[in-house]
Amino acid sequence: MQEMVIEERRADVPLIISSNRTTERTMDVKVATKNVDAFFGKTQALHGISLDVPRNTVVAIIGPSGCGKSTFLRCLNRMHEVAGGTRTGTIMVDGDDIDHYDPVVLRRRVGMVFQKPNPFPTMSIFDNVAAGLRLNGMVKKNTLSETVERSLRQAALFDEVKDILDRSGVSLSGGQQQRLCIARALAVDPEVILMDEPASALDPIATAKIEELIQALKKNYTIIIVTHNMQQAARVSDETAFFYLGELIEFDETDRLFTSPQKKQTEDYITGRFG
Amino acid sequence: MRMPNSKRYYWRKSKNIVMTVLCLLSVLIAVIPLFLIFSYALSQGIGALNLDFFTKMPKPVGESGGGMANALVGTAILIGLGSLFGLPISIFTGIYLAEYGENPFAKTVRFLTDVLSGIPSIVVGVVAYIMVVLPMKQFSAFAGGVALGILMIPTATRTTEEMIRLVPHSFREAALALGIPRWRVTLRIVLPTALKGITTGILLAIARAAGETAPLLFTALGNRFWSTDIGHPIASLTVFIYDYAKAPFEDWNRQAWAAAFVLIFFIFIINLIFRFVTRGRYAGNGH
Amino acid sequence: MTTISTHTTILIRERTGGEKSSPPEGVSTGAKHRNANLGDAAFKIVTQIFAFLVFALVFVMAFEMYRGSEDSIKKFGWSFLTNTVWDPVKDEYGALVFIFGTMVSSLLALFLALPLSVGVAIFLSELAPRWLERPVSFVIELLAAIPSIVYGLWGIFVLVPWLRTSVEPALVKNLGFLPFFEGPPYGFGMLAAGIVLAIMVIPIITSISRDVLRAIPMAQREAALALGATRWETTKIVLSDGKSGLLGATLLGLGRAVGETMAVTMVIGNRPEISASLFAPGYTMASVIANEFAEATSELYTSSLIELALLLFVITVLLNGVARIIVWSTTKKFKTV
Repeated sequence: MQEMVIEERRADVPLIISSNRTTERTMDVKVATKNVDAFFGKTQALHGISLDVPRNTVVAIIGPSGCGKSTFLRCLNRMHEVAGGTRTGTIMVDGDDIDHYDPVVLRRRVGMVFQKPNPFPTMSIFDNVAAGLRLNGMVKKNTLSETVERSLRQAALFDEVKDILDRSGVSLSGGQQQRLCIARALAVDPEVILMDEPASALDPIATAKIEELIQALKKNYTIIIVTHNMQQAARVSDETAFFYLGELIEFDETDRLFTSPQKKQTEDYITGRFG
Repeated sequence: MRMPNSKRYYWRKSKNIVMTVLCLLSVLIAVIPLFLIFSYALSQGIGALNLDFFTKMPKPVGESGGGMANALVGTAILIGLGSLFGLPISIFTGIYLAEYGENPFAKTVRFLTDVLSGIPSIVVGVVAYIMVVLPMKQFSAFAGGVALGILMIPTATRTTEEMIRLVPHSFREAALALGIPRWRVTLRIVLPTALKGITTGILLAIARAAGETAPLLFTALGNRFWSTDIGHPIASLTVFIYDYAKAPFEDWNRQAWAAAFVLIFFIFIINLIFRFVTRGRYAGNGH
Repeated sequence: MTTISTHTTILIRERTGGEKSSPPEGVSTGAKHRNANLGDAAFKIVTQIFAFLVFALVFVMAFEMYRGSEDSIKKFGWSFLTNTVWDPVKDEYGALVFIFGTMVSSLLALFLALPLSVGVAIFLSELAPRWLERPVSFVIELLAAIPSIVYGLWGIFVLVPWLRTSVEPALVKNLGFLPFFEGPPYGFGMLAAGIVLAIMVIPIITSISRDVLRAIPMAQREAALALGATRWETTKIVLSDGKSGLLGATLLGLGRAVGETMAVTMVIGNRPEISASLFAPGYTMASVIANEFAEATSELYTSSLIELALLLFVITVLLNGVARIIVWSTTKKFKTV
C-alpha cells in the first residue's frame, strides 16, 4: 500500500548540487541517482553514476557507443532488469526511491520512447495511444478520446492523423510512428520522459520535428534523452552529461560543456578525437 | 497525483499472478502424461524384459514366455530398407535446399516437405499398398520399407538442410577463395563439417520410423515366425505391440509393455544424442 | 580422419594442376574454369533431380490414391460423404460416420490441448528463465517422440480403466443432464480418443506457438512494459500480435489429430455410430482404414477405403498448407519490422 501512494510533488526544495559546476545554482531535482552500478551478468556496464536531473529541463546524455548511456536510461524506469541486468545504488524520483515501487507503477510516472518506433501493429492509431490508459481502467469513450486527442496534439501528430485514427499504427511513416509512440507515452501523463536515441532511425526532417517537440514538451515534463549525435544534444538540451566507459565524466550546462569542457576526455570526444 | 486507483491496481496484479500460475499449471499438466507413460512402461515392461525377450521366438497362442527376436530383427530390416529408399533422396534434397534453396522451385519443395510431414502415416501405408503390394500381389517387408522410407523424408531432408546451413559461411569462402569449385566445397568441406548433425538428424528420422505402426499394418503385415525375406511379410515390434495389447492374455500384455519400453528407450536415447550434438548450435544462431 | 586426408589430396591435386596449366593461384585458365562450371552444373542438376522426386512424390501419392478409389468415386459420387451406411455385406459404403468421428475426436482434442499448449508456450517464451526453458522444451519434444502405438497401449491399460471407474461416473453424476455425458461409461469411446489425441497434439501446438511468440520483437514487449503494463498485460499484447501464427499452430495440431491412427483406434471403441455422448464409442477415418484394409474382401470395399485415405490426404494437405503459410508469414512479418 505504502509503496503505491505517491504524495504530491515535494514542495520545491532548493538544493545545491553538482561539484563540477563552475557556478553553483539552486535547483529543484526531479530525478536523482546516487552511486548507480549496473551489470549484465558479471560485466559491469555502469560505475557509480551520481547525477541529478532538474525539473522541467532536457538533459542529454552523450558518449561513444557502449559507454553505458542507454543502460543508464533503462535503469531509470527499471527496464534494465527486464533484459536480465542487475543494478545497485539508489535512484530517486521526486525523492522517492524507485526500488520501493512496483515497476508497473514507476513506469507510468517515468515514460519511455525507444530508438526504433515500436507501435503495436495490431492496434489502430487511436488504440495505440489509448493502450496505457485502458490498462489503468479508463474506458469511458469521452474521456478516452479527449485524452487521445490531447496526447496526439502534444506530439504534434493530431492534424496529420485525425481522419485516420482507426488505421493501423504501422501504416504511418517512420517519423509519424515515432511521434505516435511519444503520444502513447504522453497519454498516461508521466512526469519524466526517457528517450533512447529517438531520432536515430529517422530522416532529417522527421528528426527536426522530434527535436522541436522535445523543446515544447519541456514545459510540462522532465526529459532525459540519450543521443549519439552531439549537434542534437547541443540543439535540444539544457544540460548534458558525458559518459565514457560506463562512467560519468562530466555533467554541466550544455553550452558550457560544449564550449569549455573541464575534462580532457570530454574535450577529446566533442572535438571528434575519438568516438 | 495521478496514480492508478488501488482497487484497479490490485485487480491487475492479481490477474497477473493468476495467469502466471495458470501457465505454470499447464506446464505441469502437459508434462504429467510423459512421466505416467514412462513410469508405467518401466514398471510393466521391466518384469517381462529378460534375455528371452531378445533371443526367443514368440510362443503359440495361450503359452506364456517366449520373446520377440523375430520382431526386433524385422524392425531392423524394415528401417534398413526405409533408410535405403528414403535417405538418399532426403540427403540430396537437403543439400539442394541448403545450397540452391532460394529459387521458386526449391521453395515449393521445402513447402511440400513440410506438408509431407503432416500427411498421416496411414495414408502413406495405403499408397505403399497400392504401389507395391498390389503389383507384387503379396504383403512384404519391401512394401513396409517403402512406406517407412517416405515417412523418413521430411525429417531427414529438413535436418540435413538445417545442419548444412549451420556451417559457418567463412568455411565456404575460405575454400572458394582457394579456387575450389563450389560442388567440391560442398562435398568435401561443408558436408564433413555438418556430418555429425546430419547423422543425428537421420537417426531422429529412423527413430520416428521405428515407432510407426499404421503404415505397416497392410504392407509388412506381421509375422509370428522367423523371416528375413524382404519379399514376404515380416514381423515388427510395433505391430506386435498392437496385437499383444488387444489380446486377452496377461503375459502378452506384459510383453507388449516390454516392447514399448524397448522402443521408448531407443527413441529417448536418440533424442538425447540429437539434443547433445545440436546443443549450442541453435543457441549460437541467435547472436 | 579419412575425410580430412581426401580433402587434402584434392587441394594438392588442384594446386599442382593449376601450376601446370596456368599462372599461379586463383587465376584459372578458360578450360579449367569451364570444368569447374561443368562440375557445379552437374552437381546442381543431380541434387535437383532428387528434390524433384520429393516434389513429384506428393503428386504421385495423390494420383495413385485417386486411381485406387475410382471405383468408389464412380459408384457413390458425392453421396459417399453424406451416407451413414457402411455395410461390407451389402457392399454399400458411406463415410459420414467416420468423418463425424474424426471431426468430433479432433475438435475435442483441440479443445483440451489448445489452452494448455498456449499456456506452455507462454511459459517458455515469456516467463521461464533460460535454465528452465531448455529442459522443459526438451521434455515437451520427448512427448512428441513417443510413438502413437505406445500412447494407445497406455490408453488401453491406464486411461480407459481410469475413465470408466472414476472420471465418467463422476461426470454422469454431476453433468449427466448434458447430452454429452449420457449413457453407460464404457471407458472406450470419444472421450478417451479426445484425451489421447490432446496429449499427442500438445507438443506440436506448443512448439510452433513458442516459435511464433519468440519471433515477435522484444521491442513490442518493452513498449508495453514501459507503459506500465504488467507481465500478463504485456503477454496479451504479444499474443494479439501473434494471433494468426497461433491459428496456424492450431491448424497444424488439428491436422495431426485428424490423421492420427493407432492411439485412436485402440481407445475409441471402433463402432460406426453417431452419438452426441462423448462416452459412446465412435470410429474415425484413419481407424477404419487401419482395421479393415488388410481384410477388405471386395474391390469396391478396398476402393472405398482408399477413397477415405484420399479424403484424409486432401484434408491434411490443405490444413498443413494453410497453416504453414500462416505461420511462415507471421514469423516473417516480424523479422522485417
